[in-house]
Parts: sequence; C-alpha cells; structure tokens
Amino acid sequence: MTHPIISIRNLTKRFASVVAVDDVTFDIPPNEFFALLGPSGCGKTTLLRMLAGLERPSAGEIVIDGQDMAFTPPNQRPVNMVFQSYAVFPHMTVEQNVAYGLKVVGTPRAEIATRVTDALDMVQLSELAGRRPDQLSGGQRQRVALARALVKRPKVLLLDEPLSALDAKLRDQMRMELTRLQQSVGITFIIVTHDQDEALSMADRIAVMEKGRISQLASPSELYEQPVSRFVADFIGKVNLIDAEVVGTADGGLLCEAKGLGRVTLPHRGHAAGAVAIAIRPEKLTLSAEQPRDDKLVCIRGKVHDVAYFGDTSHVSLVTPSGLELLVNVQNRKAGATRGEELWVSWAPEATLVLTQ
Amino acid sequence: MTDVPLARTSPALPLRHRVPVLRWLSAPDQGPLEYGRRLWLKLVLAAIFITLYAPIAILVAFSFNDSRRNIVWQGFTTKYYGIAWRNDSLVEAFVNSLAIAVMCTLIATVIGAMTALLLWRFRFPGKAATEGFMALPIVIPEICMGVALLVFFSRMGRWMATFESGPIAWWNELFSVWPLTLSAITAGHVAFSFPFVAVVVRARMAGFNRELEEASRDLGASEWQTFWNVIFPFMKPGLIAGALLAFTLSLDDFVITFFTSGPDTVTFPVKVYSLVRRGVSPDVNAASTVLIVITLLATILAMRILRPDKGKAL
Repeated sequence: MTHPIISIRNLTKRFASVVAVDDVTFDIPPNEFFALLGPSGCGKTTLLRMLAGLERPSAGEIVIDGQDMAFTPPNQRPVNMVFQSYAVFPHMTVEQNVAYGLKVVGTPRAEIATRVTDALDMVQLSELAGRRPDQLSGGQRQRVALARALVKRPKVLLLDEPLSALDAKLRDQMRMELTRLQQSVGITFIIVTHDQDEALSMADRIAVMEKGRISQLASPSELYEQPVSRFVADFIGKVNLIDAEVVGTADGGLLCEAKGLGRVTLPHRGHAAGAVAIAIRPEKLTLSAEQPRDDKLVCIRGKVHDVAYFGDTSHVSLVTPSGLELLVNVQNRKAGATRGEELWVSWAPEATLVLTQ
Repeated sequence: MTDVPLARTSPALPLRHRVPVLRWLSAPDQGPLEYGRRLWLKLVLAAIFITLYAPIAILVAFSFNDSRRNIVWQGFTTKYYGIAWRNDSLVEAFVNSLAIAVMCTLIATVIGAMTALLLWRFRFPGKAATEGFMALPIVIPEICMGVALLVFFSRMGRWMATFESGPIAWWNELFSVWPLTLSAITAGHVAFSFPFVAVVVRARMAGFNRELEEASRDLGASEWQTFWNVIFPFMKPGLIAGALLAFTLSLDDFVITFFTSGPDTVTFPVKVYSLVRRGVSPDVNAASTVLIVITLLATILAMRILRPDKGKAL
C-alpha cells in the first residue's frame, strides 16, 4: 500500500458544548476522489475546514504528506480549497484572482503568467480572463475558484459543497468535469456533500458521517449494497426498513420475526440478536398480480397506496393488511400499477440485509 | 360649435384638473404611496425646506451685497470675498480649521477603522460594553465633552509647564510649532469624530463574506497580506465616506473647539463667532459661503461613494 497523503488520527473538534467532530480516524491514499457525506450538521464541513487549517482541532493529528499539520496555519499547508460561496475576490479580474495565490508567495512574474494561462485553459476560461466576477455566471465563478486553487499545485484539493449552488443541468456537467479534472491533474480531491448522488457518482470512496462520527467508510457500491447501519442504509438511496426480532438461527442464516411479515429466514454472517432491522432496496422487490410459485421467495400481498411516475421508472408504494408500507421501484416497460390495485410483492431472501445497528 | 365638447367635459373635471398650478400640485390618480403628489404634503414639504434653507440662501446671497451694514440689498458685488481674503486673522483661522480638519480626518479614520475591525472581527469579554462606550461621543452633549476637554487640557498644560527646562523640554518646544499648536483641538475633534468613522466602516464590513478572507489565507497569503489585498479594498468605500464625515464634522465644529482653543489657536467657526458679536459684515458671509461650498462638496462626494450600486460593484 502506498503512503497515505492524508492521515487523520483521533481528530476531535468541540465548539463550546457541541462536539462537531468526534474522534475520527482514517487515511486517504494519493490520487483518490474522496467524499465526506452526511446530513447538515454532521461535522463534515468542520472536518474539511480543519484539513484546510481554518479551524484548530481540539485534539488529534492531521498528517498531510508525512507531516503533522494539525496546527499549521492555512497559508503553509499544501492543500487548497474551493469554497461553497466560491469566494472569488470581487475587486479583481479573473486573471488576478487566479494569479493571487502565486503572487502572495513571490512567484516570479513570468512563471505566474504561464501557470495562470495553463490553469485558465484547464477550466476553459481563457476568453474571460479580463472579466470581473460580477460579470460571470455562477458556473464560471466556480471555475475561477477551481483554477485559483489548482494553479497552486496543491497535494490535496478540498471542495466544500461545490455543486450545491448550481442548477440541475449545470450540476451534471460540472460533476463530470470534476471527475475528469481529478483524473487529469492526478491529485487527491476531498469533496464535502450532503447529496448522496453526487458522492456515489464521483467518489472512489465515501465516508458517511453522522453526529461527528464516521458511520461507514467504503466504496460507493459497498455502501449501497452492504450498509452497516440503518442510518447509512437510509441515507444512501432509498430503502425499506422493517423492524424485526431475531428468534433463532437456521442453516447459515437468521430466523427473524418481522413486523407485518411473520417468520422469515434471512442470510446473515456474524452474530445478531434482539431487535434488528431488515433492509431491502426498492428495486429488488418485484410486483406481480399472481402469487409467485417459487417458494424460496418472500412474498406478501399489498394494496397500492401511491404511484410516483418518473418516466423510465415508477415508485410504487404499497400497504400490506398488517400496516407495513413498502416502496417498490418498477421499470416502466409495460403498464404500471394503479392506485387501489391489490398486488403481490416478492423478493429473494439474499437481497435483504439484517442491520443490527 | 367648438363650445360643445368643452361644455360637455368641463363640468365633469374637478377644479384641480382645470387649473394648471393645482394640477401640478395634486395629480389625483396616483398610488397611495406617492406622498409627493398630494397637495397638503407638498405644502408641508415646501415649508420645511424653506425654513431649513432660506437662512443659508440669504447668507450666500448677502455675501454678494454691496453694503457695509448688510441689512438691506444694495447691489451685487464680489469685493467682500477680496476683503475676507485680505483679513489676515480670518484667513489664519480658516487655515487653522483646514489643518485641524485634515489632521483629525487622518487620525480619526485610522482609529475609527481599527475600532470597527476590532468590533467586527473579534469576540472578547466586554465587547458589548466596548461598543457602547465607543458610541458615547456620538450621543454625549457636546458641551459636556467641551468642558471635560477644557479641564483635561488645562491640567495637562500646567503639568507640562513644569518641564520648562529639563530633559524633555524639547517636547514642549515641539508643540509650540504650527500645526502642532493645534494638537489639543485636533485631539478633541478626533475624540468625537472617530466613532462616526467606526460606525460607517462597521456597517460596510457587515456585508463582507468571511470566506474571502479564508480563501486568501488558504491561497498562501499571510494575515497582513490578506488585510491589504482583500479586506482593505472592500473596506475602502466605508473608509472614504467615514473620512469625509470626520472632515466635515471637524471643519464646522464650534462647541468643542471653543473650549479647547486658545488666543493663538482660533478656528474659523470661533473666529466668525467673535466677528459676529460686532455685527455681521459681508466678509463673514463670504467666508461662510466658502465653508459651505467645501462642506457641500465633501458631502456630495461621500454620498456618491456610499451609493449602494457603487458599493456592490466593488
């Protein structure tokens, strides 16, 4: 394994009585696209600001490229940040904004000129070099912020909610561009976001944060398929969570008494007892008019309560006679379900997860 | 034949539509918020403006009056501007006033800006109290401040006089050289004008995006570089407006100056006061007009800089 570019050890940040970041430890290898994902107030931005040096940790270590930099001022760290508001200097032109970070450290004029030109080319802003920020669109201002950070050739680029202020179309475009940019410059990107789609589509690895702690750190597919807790399962994508009680074990699985489902045998490795949650993704459920023949499948009858139509798919919500509500995603290849219809919902037991936390 | 349409329409029109002056005074079909279009409001407004500005207009007009006594209009002349210009003590007072205003502006702007930055940037125990005390010179009656400064400076003067000969006698000597002779008045002016600068600058800084400062630090700038490259340019319109405010406040202050000036340090307002006691002559009018013009120009400049669209562009 290569030497990690960033290594965080027992990092804690307290604000008066609130613990914003609570004893967090993890490593980020070089050239990774890393995402910090969580709801607002989970401490992800505070963590990012500590990496940039804009907040002083209460305890712990931040090792950047082999050096402990927990208390190094921001101007002496080999990291640069793209701020949520972009923070483009309003009294400078695009070119001056990009040159600023080189000018303040006394880079020779000729070098500044070439590096600024390259950086502006990279974000396709060469034509707008002489413009002032108030003559730019939001997307263009973000490119200025990106160029301004990348021109410093940081070892790590920090991005605080980079796409949140853009409209949907532009967001998709920028998402691809960020991925492309990360691959072409070959440095570590750390992005903070509350939007799971953003994190899933861009990042190599994602740390899901909740209340100052990391709930799970894994690749996008692992997070989606193997969430470790209710929180992660619920936060990443849509999920049906069914409360259940473990009543015993049965050949390589667990025998659970699920609310509204009765006894089901579910595959599970490791130990589990007491109250658990059964998690199943809506796209793994199948709807049918008749009861499926396959008796390996778990099936239950329900009444269609609501249908949300999304063109290619529909999200069907069913209520079983026992009051259990299930969300099913169906591909709209044939005519979809209609409200009030009685249908069978079925799924393979392997498609479910038993969550103990 | 031509009378017919008139006869048909005229009675339907109310009086205020038919008389041009009344029509101008009261366009009736206006929204409820257009106060200026209502007759009685216009009259009140006119009365207020006349009361406020008629004395000034008369003062300016009579500076061109060709009469020694300056009570009845005798004819147009500009000779009293020349007479005022040749009045050495009046010119000296005028120059003193300008010198004090310039020194006061420089010092008050720096102190005011630093106070504003302190209150904007930092959290510290007793911040609310500091803020209150800072604004005190704005609300405290000028007469009280004048008396307080008089007591303070006379004590100071007596104490400094004990160093007539000695190792720091050079200090006293230094302060007997113009414009340092005006330092007591200047200090008094700084004391009451710097809070105005602080208030203006603070209001400007309230709109500052702190991420700009953080971005500058993140890009490798030291705190000092960040201040001059990012914070200062943003602060500048507030600084200029505050400085002009301090300048005009200092230039026309009478009460505090009266208590802190001595026989050798007369300012323009104090000089005018002493001249007026012997009757108003047109040369005083002329000098006052010059002062009004200077103050007016400074105010117009301040308002142009404070224009909201200007502020946004910066």
